[in-house]
Amino acid sequence: MKCDNCNKPAKIHYTEIRNGKTIEKHLCEQCAAQIEGMQALAKGHPPINELLEKFVLAHQDMQKQMSVTCDNCGVSWAEFRQNGLFGCEHDYQVFEKELTPLLQRAHEGATHHVGKVPARAGGGQAPVRRLADINRLRRELAKAVEMEDYERAARLRDQIREAESQ
Amino acid sequence: MDMEMKLSDFSTRAGEWLRGIGPLSDIVISTRIRLARNVAGYPFLSRASAAQRQALEKRLRDTILSAGIAPRMIYVDLQAAPEIDRALLVERHLISRPHAAAEGARGVAIGEDETIAIMVNEEDHLRIQVLRSGFQLDEAWEQINAIDDRLEARLDIAFHPRFGYLTACPTNVGTGLRVSVMLHLPALKLTGEIEKVFRAAKDMRLAVRGLYGEGTEATGDFYQVSNQVTLGKTEHDIIEEFKTDVIPRIVDYEHHARRTLVNDRTVALDDKVHRSLGILRSARLLAGEETLYLLSHLRMGVNLGRVKDIDINTLNELFLLTQPAHLQKIQGRRLDGDERRAVRAEYVRQRLNGV
Repeated sequence: MKCDNCNKPAKIHYTEIRNGKTIEKHLCEQCAAQIEGMQALAKGHPPINELLEKFVLAHQDMQKQMSVTCDNCGVSWAEFRQNGLFGCEHDYQVFEKELTPLLQRAHEGATHHVGKVPARAGGGQAPVRRLADINRLRRELAKAVEMEDYERAARLRDQIREAESQ
Repeated sequence: MDMEMKLSDFSTRAGEWLRGIGPLSDIVISTRIRLARNVAGYPFLSRASAAQRQALEKRLRDTILSAGIAPRMIYVDLQAAPEIDRALLVERHLISRPHAAAEGARGVAIGEDETIAIMVNEEDHLRIQVLRSGFQLDEAWEQINAIDDRLEARLDIAFHPRFGYLTACPTNVGTGLRVSVMLHLPALKLTGEIEKVFRAAKDMRLAVRGLYGEGTEATGDFYQVSNQVTLGKTEHDIIEEFKTDVIPRIVDYEHHARRTLVNDRTVALDDKVHRSLGILRSARLLAGEETLYLLSHLRMGVNLGRVKDIDINTLNELFLLTQPAHLQKIQGRRLDGDERRAVRAEYVRQRLNGV
């Protein structure tokens, strides 16, 4: 059989299903290498080992993520994923990385609180009122970006950094 | 304080939020705002031991009752309260269904003619709620914000600079604020346009639920519309959106649908309304859901001036007082099946001067 594209002998044969239509393709190695996703086949190295390795690694990562546990309340990420409830206030920090994409999905992309700030919180020691200022600056920053006033946005960003580092 | 006495009083009249007063009250039944709060240093409830739960309940009860929130607050210990009282509180929207059904130390503080209801040890340590009749978002926010200030002056509230108010479920984190507006939309239902409202609400990231909130069906054409996003917006933003956009728009749709019924389908409308009145005034057995739909159509008829001799307040009350727990409280005994339907029919006939 000859290659569909040139006259060289076809070595790679595959079936593609596109929009419910089945298309059979017969290609030589050189022509196959031009098609995305076919390089590995064309090189004659089925990527199965590579795939397996990636799969195992990803699985390990997920296992690791699932077993992250809060020292304070003992809730693991896996448990949280099951019932949707945290065990204590510390979980937000313990699972911050894992939680962020979930928050974005639930809250239209938002990741930061910009609303009311209690007069005192967290044992009455945290200087929370300052946070109200930071939140206000963040809102102004968002507005400045929206208005494409980048000079002002840069100034606000610096002010936020400074306030946060205090 | 005689608690039993107080709860019995509840069963014969409606709270302020069902008075049928307030702006747009032909369509907006009530406005509710709730804030979810937790006390720092205690685990959230899914991880609290019985002893921690107990300690928290006592501390929160004492704090609420001594915070000067309202004169004559009453506190109902829900662990001790009989099932019928818990059902009564659910019917009056003072506690959630899960809170009634839960186990362990928990309660609710009620004040200001039932406009305030603070649930203790629900999904979060505190669920502060304010309910008002009609469309009164600003008033409700002002009231609940003041209550929140009083409580947080006496408690260390779990808060994080990035995440805001920390809640057991991250879907509430940030402001912990949920606005729920209960709407009566019989005309949109009759004209088949209600689906449009659902779609629009979904696009705006709003939840539309039934009469008793999460997981309940819309019965009697009552719908609760509430926000789902609690993070990344200020309380003011969330409330303004409801005030200037969401609710006025739905109310306009309903008004428009009602005008269409009056102008283009007059006879069909009058038939529906008077048929409902006829059944309510004559039936000997009335099922719960059937009653809600009949009252719903009659309420629309009264609001549109198609029926003259019925008081809208009586109707608003009947929606509540014909519920199972209320009927049983009024009768002072347990009622099942046909007996309950018979008692309901008799009560409705009596209130509507039936035959």
